[in-house]
Amino acid sequence: MRYLPLSDADRSAMLQVVGAGSIDELFKDVPAEARLTGPIHGLPMHASEMAVERHMIALSRKNMAAGDVPFFLGCGAYKHHIPASVDHIIQRGEFLTSYTPYQPEIAQGTLQMMFEFQTQVARLLGCEVANASMYDGSTAMWEAILMGHRITRRNKTIVSSGVHPHYVNVATTMAKFTGDALDTSLPELDATSDVERLLGKIDGETSAVVVQYPDILGRITDLTPIAEAAHAAGALLIAVITEPVALGLIKSPGEMGADIVVGEGQSIGVGLQFGGPYVGLFACREKHVRQMPGRLAGETVDAEGKRGFVLTLSTREQHIRREKATSNICTSSVLCALAFTAHLTLLGEKGLRQLAQLNHARACEVAARLVAIPGVELVNDGFFNEFTLRLPVEARPAVHAMVERGVIGGISLGRLYPGIDALQNGLVVAVTETATDADIDALEAALKEVVR
Amino acid sequence: MTVNPSGWRPSTPANAEGEAQTVTGNRALMLEEPLIFEMDGADTTGVDFDEFLPGTGSGTSEAGGGAGVTGSSPPPSALRAATSPSRGGSRIGGLERTAPIGLPGLSEPETVRHYTRLSRQNYAIDLGLFPLGSCTMKHNPRLNEKVARLPGFADVHPLQPQETVQGALQVINELAFWLLDLTGMHGVAMSPKAGAHGELCGLLCIRAALEARGDKREVVLVPESAHGTNPATAAFAGYRVENIPANAAGRVDLDALTSRLGPDVAAVMITNPNTCGLFEPDMKRISDAVHAAGAFVYCDGANFNAIVGKVRPGDLGIDAMHINLHKTFSTPHGGGGPGSGPVVVSEALAPYGPLPFAAKMPDGSFKIVEEESAAEMHPETFGRMTAFHGQMGMFTRALTYILSHGADGLQQVAEDAVLNANYILRSLEDVLDAPFAGSGPCMHEAIFSDKGFADGVSTLDLAKAMIDEGFHPMTMYFPLVVHGAMLIEPTETESKAGLDQFIAALRSIAERARAGDPAMKAAPVHAPRRRLDETLAARKPVLSFRQPAPDAASAGLKEPVGGG
Repeated sequence: MRYLPLSDADRSAMLQVVGAGSIDELFKDVPAEARLTGPIHGLPMHASEMAVERHMIALSRKNMAAGDVPFFLGCGAYKHHIPASVDHIIQRGEFLTSYTPYQPEIAQGTLQMMFEFQTQVARLLGCEVANASMYDGSTAMWEAILMGHRITRRNKTIVSSGVHPHYVNVATTMAKFTGDALDTSLPELDATSDVERLLGKIDGETSAVVVQYPDILGRITDLTPIAEAAHAAGALLIAVITEPVALGLIKSPGEMGADIVVGEGQSIGVGLQFGGPYVGLFACREKHVRQMPGRLAGETVDAEGKRGFVLTLSTREQHIRREKATSNICTSSVLCALAFTAHLTLLGEKGLRQLAQLNHARACEVAARLVAIPGVELVNDGFFNEFTLRLPVEARPAVHAMVERGVIGGISLGRLYPGIDALQNGLVVAVTETATDADIDALEAALKEVVR
Repeated sequence: MTVNPSGWRPSTPANAEGEAQTVTGNRALMLEEPLIFEMDGADTTGVDFDEFLPGTGSGTSEAGGGAGVTGSSPPPSALRAATSPSRGGSRIGGLERTAPIGLPGLSEPETVRHYTRLSRQNYAIDLGLFPLGSCTMKHNPRLNEKVARLPGFADVHPLQPQETVQGALQVINELAFWLLDLTGMHGVAMSPKAGAHGELCGLLCIRAALEARGDKREVVLVPESAHGTNPATAAFAGYRVENIPANAAGRVDLDALTSRLGPDVAAVMITNPNTCGLFEPDMKRISDAVHAAGAFVYCDGANFNAIVGKVRPGDLGIDAMHINLHKTFSTPHGGGGPGSGPVVVSEALAPYGPLPFAAKMPDGSFKIVEEESAAEMHPETFGRMTAFHGQMGMFTRALTYILSHGADGLQQVAEDAVLNANYILRSLEDVLDAPFAGSGPCMHEAIFSDKGFADGVSTLDLAKAMIDEGFHPMTMYFPLVVHGAMLIEPTETESKAGLDQFIAALRSIAERARAGDPAMKAAPVHAPRRRLDETLAARKPVLSFRQPAPDAASAGLKEPVGGG
């Protein structure tokens, strides 16, 4: 038992101090009929490090790693190169094995890093303040909708059809139970998103409009008119971001009038990890900060007047307010936030812009080459590093046929929107800096074959 | 000394002992570290990019403009912005960012040094005992970290075609299987992102089950000693919360609970072992009474570490319980997340569990049951709680841990955790008031009150004095049912020698508290910071860095701008 320091001699000596004849006496409150006598049935006995490692390596080899094949998937999770030093930093034991910084005198490392993260996120999203992270983008979006209800004291939210369907489904699930009204709709394979629909729906009962930027099909919409219309009706604009690298190149939602900006920070520093853990971003106007969920680090001084940081405004939180809290969230995603902030610190403004330009240039190149394939059309007018193609065949079988050719070529809208006929030929292709020329050649060749 | 643009300088310590000032403000290994925004990084980057020359791919394209040139990409050369217009031209559509963002950059050496210096201001499990009751701060095995970083796990996209992720789905399925085995439950939802998210999942299952039978119930009963997440979650799920008192023995008042049950009660949320560190011996009777009243039992599994391999929640009549993989199953806390909170459920609730999950098919392959296959495979699901499939990185770590310990090891985990806690309880009960010591052994954590402290000395003072002794304080002022509560959970990964050292330190501090040592008010004096002014932080919130006005550039705190 390599993780258990006690020896049998220790155990005997300790039992004597405790005044128990056996370990079982310590479990006497557990009713005898429910107590297990032997080791739990079914589970194997303990194993060596080498044996466990071997088993797990074998399982890992049953997966196709994104780095091993030409790879073009996005839709809320992006493959970017992460500098080696980022993983070194998050594996520092003092970060990895520390707790929520409730004891600030011995948690300044985490608290200062949170403060830096909050500042970076606020600036990147174009807002005044940001929290120290949420579970992920989808749960952050639902929390933003609820926060909107607290601010406007209305409970009707209009969700753009361009929002990631998983995000919409999370909100729909939750709204079903809380009685909040959500107005949702399905996207169409069209160059423009549903701005007109949104503008037509906003009225005096609207709490917020939720728009994704760039959206699920990769389209980029100017949020200014939506923000203006929402504000004129006393409503909020909530913007959702799933690819923050885009903000190195395009205007931030905050600049265009969004009141709350949430999103998924995975693409900076975190890696794919089959969907989690990720890091939810959450930013808003300073005047609304007391309605914001999640943890916040704030600046203060210590007894000697030295600058330091603490968790603050925690009267919003469950451990203080219990059933009156703004949210039940307790754990956030601090280690992923550390990966995000360390990667963004390495990039800096200059590096983020370069990275964004590189992504965009790569994506433009791929789009130009794929639309040259007979029968393949580009849906988007504008995009950042992800765009949607209309194939002459159903996209779902095309994706599997490309896998057979060793290419992971895109996400079929049929998987995201099962049973919606109008979307079955849609293929979403994401191109990042990791795509080599050879990868692009392979994608082009594979798609050519499968749409024939 | 370099003067950074903001004019920030490390402040010089001038503490009670009046140590000599240093030029840098640093003392030996105690290093002051500025914010990244206070370093000269406006035009720095620590990342090099490949050049990208469009149209150099070897594929030939039927599109006009730039015939394909044979050859691979050029070798990486000096850093150059990849601004070359591609044949697609820019497709941003007039929304280019024009204003600067304000993100500083640092070279790699500066970055590594910055975060390494920051890390040294943190206490961590790797440095010592972390006796936080209800949080199970056990050792984080490094094999878990190694496994989670295998490319086949770390570099896999959640929406990859399912034939390319069979190993990942097998991990989820295997972990689910062992969690069910250890809990004796019927089904498990793997997607919740953390404990509180798991609580929400359990309550939504309960809500869906009640709605399915046309039963509209509005109240959830929560014991006074519950974690704050319990009432917050119940409210978040749309329920009204009512408290159930504890009895003098630190357990749920059975009479108060049973007399409150009725047709309006949807669920009771119990923590077992409870937050006083005690097992609820009447658990089965509570469950039977709750079921007889048509309601469900939710169990907060935060303290599962005390009973893993010793008793199965399923045998106690529990309907839903979340499992904190970052507590019982050793995944790292990471300064406050990410966690992972799978929820095991009874047969009555299983049909309503969330999407997605990994199912094993008759042919031995694995399939993600999500929106597409829900209608045929899981028609009564309440829906989705998160994008994608949950905290995969935590699943690999937790499975690695379970297989390492095995059935015998996990049982030993619970036994050693309980033994360590009782050892602390009995070694300190003569100097610290242990309100439930007479109730018999504790489980995985020992609870003490501030009774007997001299006037003017608080639990907070004792906690801060522990910092000077090199320990992280215990959980303070929780649960609310004990005055000035101190909740100590040593976990099973502490050696006897380590516990003895901790006990000796705590004895000495407890004696100082009883004697009213005024120096305790000043603690800590040996930490990177003295006590911090939390009132100021809340009254004038400064939540992000603002460039100070040039004339305000001096040491110490700038006058905060704005405020909530």
